Amino acid sequence: MTAEASTREAYGNALVELGKRDPNIVVLDADLSPSTMTRFFAEAFPDRFFDCGLEEQNMIGIAAGLAASGKTVFASSFAIFASCRCFDQLRMCLSQMELNAKVVASHSGITVGEDGGSHHAVEDLALYCSLPGFTVVVPSDAVETAEAVKVAASTPGPFYVRLSRPRTPLVHSEGYHFTLGKAVVLRPGKDVTIIAIGVMVAKALEAAKVLAKEKIDCQVASMPTVKPLDEGFVLQAASDTGSIVVAEEHLAHGGLGSRVAQVVAREKPVPMCFVNLGDRYALSGKPEELLQTCGLTADGVAAAVRAAVQRK
Amino acid sequence: MLNHSRVPPDSASVATASGPSVPALREMARRLRRHVITMTAAAGSGHPGGSLSAADIVAILYFKVMRHDPANPQWEDRDRFILSKGHSAPVLYAALAESGYFSMEQLSTLRKPGSCLQGHTDRNLTPGVEMTAGSLGMGLSFGIGVALAARLDHRGYRTYVLLGDGECQEGQTWEAALSAAQFKLDNLTAIVDYNEMQLSGWTREIMNLDPLDKKWQAFGWHTIDTDGHDYDQILAALQEARSTRGKPTAIIAHTVKGKGVSFMENNVRFHGKAPTPEEAERALRELS
Repeated sequence: MTAEASTREAYGNALVELGKRDPNIVVLDADLSPSTMTRFFAEAFPDRFFDCGLEEQNMIGIAAGLAASGKTVFASSFAIFASCRCFDQLRMCLSQMELNAKVVASHSGITVGEDGGSHHAVEDLALYCSLPGFTVVVPSDAVETAEAVKVAASTPGPFYVRLSRPRTPLVHSEGYHFTLGKAVVLRPGKDVTIIAIGVMVAKALEAAKVLAKEKIDCQVASMPTVKPLDEGFVLQAASDTGSIVVAEEHLAHGGLGSRVAQVVAREKPVPMCFVNLGDRYALSGKPEELLQTCGLTADGVAAAVRAAVQRK
Repeated sequence: MLNHSRVPPDSASVATASGPSVPALREMARRLRRHVITMTAAAGSGHPGGSLSAADIVAILYFKVMRHDPANPQWEDRDRFILSKGHSAPVLYAALAESGYFSMEQLSTLRKPGSCLQGHTDRNLTPGVEMTAGSLGMGLSFGIGVALAARLDHRGYRTYVLLGDGECQEGQTWEAALSAAQFKLDNLTAIVDYNEMQLSGWTREIMNLDPLDKKWQAFGWHTIDTDGHDYDQILAALQEARSTRGKPTAIIAHTVKGKGVSFMENNVRFHGKAPTPEEAERALRELS
């Protein structure tokens, strides 16, 4: 059984570490600090933590004002409220003003589970990736989360970091070094490249093991930086393996799949398949049940790989 | 040009501070209004009405009350003016040019390709502009962030946010109103340019705001109703805001849209439409 850990706990702990080192770090939340784990920071540095209540639009505006005054701001909520609810504010206050604020959202995707469709952020990557200047990061696990949060703090400009509700399998070991803007090859292979993010990284690795028995040799990479995209890696993967599968816990349009396909179509067309939520919302259920229902499984990835390889 | 020297943070009260006299401020407001007419007419588009209603308030803030340094727009202790109603950019640009942030000649480039003077304010393009605005209802939130930063950094600057009355219909304005009171931001002053008109008509007919002062009070603010064209009243209100402790102050400035130009006053046509060359000529005659 693979070890699991919480990305949001990793975030909460990383914030405290950052807070100790840098008095300029300020953290905002929208009444969800016990869940986003910004409460660790709130307890350690109460003077630098502001709970904005259920006012996500206001929170983004406040983040902008603080950032314009020289603060490094982290603002957290659930991914659904930190994207759809305050999109105009993200556009005007962080993207257009190019301010140094980091939106770190927990509870992304359908693995929110039982709360149901209203709470499943499955369009957040499309929204954030559409905003000029935003860096969009989806850590693969808790280890990468801690690293990515530190990199976000020391890199100027607006960030979106997408975290999960449940504990997720660890794919990196302690000591892992996160490089912004770079794909991470987790398994070499020559027949096809699976590019995955978030909870789908572990599923992709599982699928690769199954496919190895069928003599399909999969390269598996995570793409923690969704924007800006590691185009060099995508093109290399297209050249070296001749087909690409993209797996993400997101709607079909506007997420990682769209971004990778744009690069592939432009410079190196190869067969591609996509594992995602299609064009519909999910319902209530346990995270694993929902992943199963929606085909976001190792089997689902394996099927997509077979289809892609067949078209080579 | 009026002087706007850097005044130390612990300067004397606003009302008694040295600086331009009321007649000199009135003259400055007249100049700002003339710029608004000239700029929007040259651009062929823009929002003169709300610029004219706010001209007296802006003149008082930039040339009497605020500590700022046009030679150093990023001076950390400057008082902040945040124009939440970004469509009133022309009057802010006029005040910034008159202050010396950029040349007066640049005013004629408003809304033109390559200009640093965008149709709505852009903090990354225009020296002295604090906030990119245009989508309404965001300025007070931004101002809260700026005021919180002052508290965290133990700086004495004050933050002034100028809101339109129309944008008091935006929900975010009231989110911000709640939180500014929650955070007890007495270094923050909101000024509502209450000209009672919005793009398509009278606010009371489209989405009534009255009683506006009671709404702000209910949200935990100290409020002051004032005539937004009466210099003594505005100065007294700003002084009262400065000496109010433990809560933010909202100044409800009762103004006239298009103030200063007879055919633009209370004329909704000039909310978002520039004067024609002939209208501009008439307006400038009235403002001479």
